Amino acid sequence: MLKKMKKQPNAQHSFSIGGVVSAIQNPDKRFTLLLWAAALVVPLICCAMLFSLISDSVLAFGEFGIFKFITSSQWSYTEGHESCGALPFIVGTLESTFLALFFCIPFSLTVALFVGEYYKGRKVAAVFGTITDLLAGIPSIIYGLWGFYVLRPIVVALGLSEQGSCILTASMVLAVRIVPYAASLSAEFIKMVPAELKEAAYSLGATRGEVLRTVVFPCAGSGIFSAFILAIGRALGETMTVTMRIGNTNQMPTSLLSTGNTMASIIANQFGEADGLKLSSLFAIALILFTLTAAINLIGKILIHRAQIR
Amino acid sequence: MVVLAALMSVPLLAILGKVAVEGVKNLTPQFLFQSTPTTYQALIATTSGTAIPGGIANGIVGTLLMLVMASIAAIPVGIFSGVFLAERHDTIFAKVASYMTDILQGTPSIILGIIVYAWIVIPMRGYSAIAGTVALGIMMLPLIVRSTEEAVKMLPSSYNEAALALGGSHFLTVCKVIIPSAFGQIFTGTLLAVSRIIGETVPLMFTALGCAVVQWNIARPMSGVPLLIWQFFNNPTLQPLLWSASLVLLIIVLLLNVSSKIVANKWKI
Repeated sequence: MLKKMKKQPNAQHSFSIGGVVSAIQNPDKRFTLLLWAAALVVPLICCAMLFSLISDSVLAFGEFGIFKFITSSQWSYTEGHESCGALPFIVGTLESTFLALFFCIPFSLTVALFVGEYYKGRKVAAVFGTITDLLAGIPSIIYGLWGFYVLRPIVVALGLSEQGSCILTASMVLAVRIVPYAASLSAEFIKMVPAELKEAAYSLGATRGEVLRTVVFPCAGSGIFSAFILAIGRALGETMTVTMRIGNTNQMPTSLLSTGNTMASIIANQFGEADGLKLSSLFAIALILFTLTAAINLIGKILIHRAQIR
Repeated sequence: MVVLAALMSVPLLAILGKVAVEGVKNLTPQFLFQSTPTTYQALIATTSGTAIPGGIANGIVGTLLMLVMASIAAIPVGIFSGVFLAERHDTIFAKVASYMTDILQGTPSIILGIIVYAWIVIPMRGYSAIAGTVALGIMMLPLIVRSTEEAVKMLPSSYNEAALALGGSHFLTVCKVIIPSAFGQIFTGTLLAVSRIIGETVPLMFTALGCAVVQWNIARPMSGVPLLIWQFFNNPTLQPLLWSASLVLLIIVLLLNVSSKIVANKWKI
């Protein structure tokens, strides 16, 4: 299809000043130009975003130094003694994210197997698929409310935490938030495992567990792995659910039951009243968060492309 | 195994149940057509034992207005960009743009919120619905680009070739053949994108800010249903309204989700 397109005189491929001038005269080339312009919007937004994140955080990085900003664990804004380090928030983010992933893996894997392998094509699977889709669609603030009014009393009653606000509760809500996403993505990859391979294994006398272990997981493994990586990317940036449950203290989290703050929640909490150096520090945290999520998403997508090609 | 999978639906049922049971109590016509009460009005109503007056009309109007404006901006750009990325998927520019779309899609909404704050709220010297619209539009764009790209890539190349062979220009081919045949999927993707951004609170917190009355001026601060939920959550006297507002939001989101499923089944290629 593409080779034929290229032979068409109107499907202009090169891009130069002369091309632009002639394009304005030709309605069809004008349309090609329009497509180009539309496609430029997203990269432009991305670059502009990166640029303004960097330019807004220069002040904080200049004041504290990049390395010190990342490794210092002090966050205070008393006049004259400003010191800020993002370490507690980075640790809080990573801790809550990986804890959420830990809760998420058994659930999403079973749901994915359920939908993609055991009951593939049956009504039960369709119902579960719809349920996961709906769960994925619920706004995060409603998850936050649920965490506050339903999950928190349970945590308090279990005696895990007095207030019910701690990294553990936050990551539980976070897990509920990312399970549907990870489940539906991994189900796609489990569905893609060729039936011949499975049938061959069954005909050799393999049990269902053996087929899962020796055929399905090796085949779909990289896809499932990338699904979890993308789920991590989701969890890193999740703001509302975490802000409502994590306790919002600026100390280094010492245990799973201590309160803390994530990078997203510190921005959400303090951005409203911030200015000057503090604003710049918050932008610096946003830059770190952006880099982290962008890297994780890129890795996840590249892995997915590889898995799909295979 | 079945047990674990069934456990997964417990949160859904718990969330739906809690929101429905608590939300129905305050859900009256006046809840949908009146603005939020002030804390003082709510306090008086609570102490005198009557129901809290007012509702979330300001949020509904704000959400709809910002959503419509964001859609008008993001949908055409997203569809054209998606068509471009699908048609030229082997060029370097398209590959880079495709990865950029992934990055933008994965960007946490809080970052979009503060970026739009830096881009629009600071130069305009005030929070406004325009800023909220831009934030929502940027969130929506990559979702539409992605779904259009996937839909166009799935079309058989014979469609394109037939249209071009009949003498159709590139413009006519895209507008009369490619987009209409992929319409079902594009529409589904758009509905899902709308349903995803309709519940977004964070990008609105630092852009549209919120407003206690129905606001039609897009250069002024405006409220949204998720913003009102956040406001009710933080204000103990207004908490009875919390669940009804959540119920309204949840109904809208679920309706959009279900209708996108129906559309997807109807318009399968």
